[in-house]
Amino acid sequence: MSFYFAQLLTGLANASSLFLISCGLSIIFGVTRIVNFAHGSFYMIGAYVAYSTITTLDFGILGFWGGVIFASIVVGLVGLLVEVTILRRIYHAPELFQLVATFGLVLIIQDLTLAIWGPQDYLGPRAPGLDRAVRIFGEPIPEYDLALIVIGPLVLAAIWVLFHRTRWGVLVRAATQDREMIGALGVNQAWLFSAAFMLGAFLAGLGGALQVPRESVNLQMDLSVIGQAFVVVVIGGMGSVTGAFVAAVLISVLNAFAVLLFPQISLVLPFLVMAVVLIVRPYGLFGKPGSGHGPAAEPEQPMRLMSKGEAGLLAVFVALLALSPLFAANYTMVLLIDLLVATLFAVSLHFLMGVGGMVSFGHAAYFGLGAYAAALGVKFLGLGMIPAMILGPIAGGLGALLFGWFCVRLSGVYLAMLTLAAAQILWGVTFQWQEFTGGDDGILGVWPASWAKSNQAYFYVAFVLCLGGIWLLQRVAHSPFGYTLRGGRDSAIRAEAIGINLKRHQWMGFTLAGAVAGLAGVVFAFSKGSVFPDTLAISKSVDGLVMVLLGGIHSLAGPILGAGVFVLIEDWVTKLEFWRFIFGVIILVVVLAAPDGVAGGVSRLRGLFSRRTKDGEAAQ
Amino acid sequence: MNVLEVRGLSKSFGGIQAVSDVSFDLGEGEFLALIGPNGAGKTTCFNMLNGYLKPDRGSVKLGGRELIGVKPRRIWRMGVGRTFQITETFRSMTVLENVQMALISHHRETGNLFSRATRMHVDKAMSLLETISMADYANRACSELAYGDLKRLELAVALAHEPKLLLMDEPTAGMAPSERIALMALTAEIVARERLSVIFTEHDMDVVFAHSHRIIVLNRGELIAEGTGDEIRANPHVQEVYLGGGTVFENTGATADA
Ligand SMILES: Nc1ncnc2c1ncn2[C@@H]1O[C@H](COP(=O)(O)OP(=O)(O)OP(=O)(O)O)[C@@H](O)[C@H]1O
Ligand SMILES: [Mg+2]
Repeated sequence: MSFYFAQLLTGLANASSLFLISCGLSIIFGVTRIVNFAHGSFYMIGAYVAYSTITTLDFGILGFWGGVIFASIVVGLVGLLVEVTILRRIYHAPELFQLVATFGLVLIIQDLTLAIWGPQDYLGPRAPGLDRAVRIFGEPIPEYDLALIVIGPLVLAAIWVLFHRTRWGVLVRAATQDREMIGALGVNQAWLFSAAFMLGAFLAGLGGALQVPRESVNLQMDLSVIGQAFVVVVIGGMGSVTGAFVAAVLISVLNAFAVLLFPQISLVLPFLVMAVVLIVRPYGLFGKPGSGHGPAAEPEQPMRLMSKGEAGLLAVFVALLALSPLFAANYTMVLLIDLLVATLFAVSLHFLMGVGGMVSFGHAAYFGLGAYAAALGVKFLGLGMIPAMILGPIAGGLGALLFGWFCVRLSGVYLAMLTLAAAQILWGVTFQWQEFTGGDDGILGVWPASWAKSNQAYFYVAFVLCLGGIWLLQRVAHSPFGYTLRGGRDSAIRAEAIGINLKRHQWMGFTLAGAVAGLAGVVFAFSKGSVFPDTLAISKSVDGLVMVLLGGIHSLAGPILGAGVFVLIEDWVTKLEFWRFIFGVIILVVVLAAPDGVAGGVSRLRGLFSRRTKDGEAAQ
Repeated sequence: MNVLEVRGLSKSFGGIQAVSDVSFDLGEGEFLALIGPNGAGKTTCFNMLNGYLKPDRGSVKLGGRELIGVKPRRIWRMGVGRTFQITETFRSMTVLENVQMALISHHRETGNLFSRATRMHVDKAMSLLETISMADYANRACSELAYGDLKRLELAVALAHEPKLLLMDEPTAGMAPSERIALMALTAEIVARERLSVIFTEHDMDVVFAHSHRIIVLNRGELIAEGTGDEIRANPHVQEVYLGGGTVFENTGATADA
């Protein structure tokens, strides 16, 4: 009995940390409607700054708590800086842009942290005065855990007072419930948003600083925590601080007991809970439908088939690609294979997002499923390359069929979050299921058949499969099915009003995109000879989003251009020391300066030259 | 034989009784106007007839079949077309493609993965556009259309599956007065030719009196009057409601703002 009570206390202490990390994210979303990927980065900075302050000052109790507060304030100011310089410009952009922009920030902050603190992990000091364990019913409980159990509800109470007893707080709540209303109240919106963002960042910093005595401070903190924080916010209802608290308690306590039964469950459990909650309550426990994003500012133009000239250009390009093994160096062949894989992946994601209007934050799940299915086929069934390759799209498609059934029930940010959850569940499974998937060590020895061993020969395998996949999806985009998806994206009401079962079409579209991503995954697996859990990690999904965004979401050619640009930049930049920083800056520049991507830029240029469009529009 | 029989339809939103106990019939080939001041419950009524809203109470029968609880898309397949007060079109498509989509859905071809959607049902779609005199606009992007043109496009889309009942929510809102008369004259002609039955809501009393066979009046969710144009014009209760609403309402033909 006493053991279970101790377990409960551990769960509650974890709940407090989880709540501190998540509540700021929820406040930021509630007011600005931005899903802030960089929230984990704020948390990480908080931990680093607190570590440095506490160890430098070394003032005992005062130094510790002073360091915690100081770190939170620093992070709050960093948040303010970020809001004023970057986010303020993209409040009206579609959520995809905001997500990718804040992911750019994640990369920038990672490298800045690396530059300042170096690559090593730091073990923080215990909190002075709270560094022992007390016995409760005979079980040792760290005093610091007890302190955290108190701090969480205290912060919740402080936020409650702030929101209900100050004019500012009342405005924040009004903004959370009804965005249009703030304009009507004549409130200075910019100021309100900045302050809310600063508060959110402050809380993230506080969460990070308070973790210092509990776990090591390292460069992986940001992404490892952000997935959990998303889950808490979505379960609680986006924008609801109370919801975040309840969700944090729910997850942490469940987790504290579930690990007793299944030690491996902790990576997967939060996402399972989230999936269940979203199906029962699509807007989370305390969430309301609320006003989401409006439609993208610029309406998309109708699709046109390629002109003769464009088709000719494409044919020349494909022919050059087909002949490239004759003259290109070995290294270039590897790069071209990467390019083909990336393009197919981006095209499948674009089919889902651009054509189907379903923004996925977890498309890598199906890419990874394909890669793992092939690798497992080789490892356990001893399959040859071609049979293993057939498994890939089937696995990707089946995975998408399963998760898609849940996902298409939601829309907008909630759909995106559920796709993320699905991807994290799969990632957790591959990571934890050591005997089957090899866990972190991955699966090695996934080599192509002997006739396809050389880079040149394998290039042709990739060429045929990837171009085939791209052709298929382009074809489908122009078919009645593709038009139905596009129509549903434009107006779900109209689709229903002309007899279309939109959910079912979206479900099938999701499955098709997953199958094609799975195809990209198998081509990838055999080109590298191995697969690792990072083929289905968040960063892989974000790579896809960046490609689609780079290319421009409004054009079928977009993901192709975007993947090309992405792979070239990546190839060049990753050789540099602080490549994440550079990459992050590139992402921000694209989001801020060329929101319609490379394809949009190209068509604007064309408009300028051909003067087919009116002067005014072309110049914009 | 009635096409539609509505009995005891009621709906409240929180504290607001948007529609209460509304009953009426619609005969075959009839052109019925549903009027009432802003917020009277007209759109709410339409949404219940279409399956977009589930009423608290009441029944709607189409040719004897109950519609309550049936999904909007099924009701459409049963031969009910509708246009929206706030237009709903596929913005990223051309005018022609919007009509083609309705035809593709009608022929149950939305699962087709390999044909080119833009090459399907072109003739039929063009002839529908011709009936509403929009053939010249066929290849224009929907996002470039004026509001009145979007309304007309919705009519063409609603006619695509040859419905037997057409529900039009403020079909002429956003149009110039001459355009309104022309569009409704055209609709009346189509209705007569195809033997359609129509329910429409409208704020422009000229349009209402010129084209409806019968009028029902809603006020605060309640049906307060029913009858021909002359009967409605003479009804003191209706006059009171409309005067209260600030609408000029004269015997010589009326003007009203939408
Ligand atoms: N989804 C909803 N939630 C809450 N109240 C609603 C909702 N839809 C309509 N109402 C309310 O129900 C009443 C009837 O609205 P409805 O839109 O049916 O009126 P209407 O006759 O179509 O008006 P209008 O001429 O302005 O179009 C109004 O008071 C409206 O505010
Ligand atoms: Mg209305």
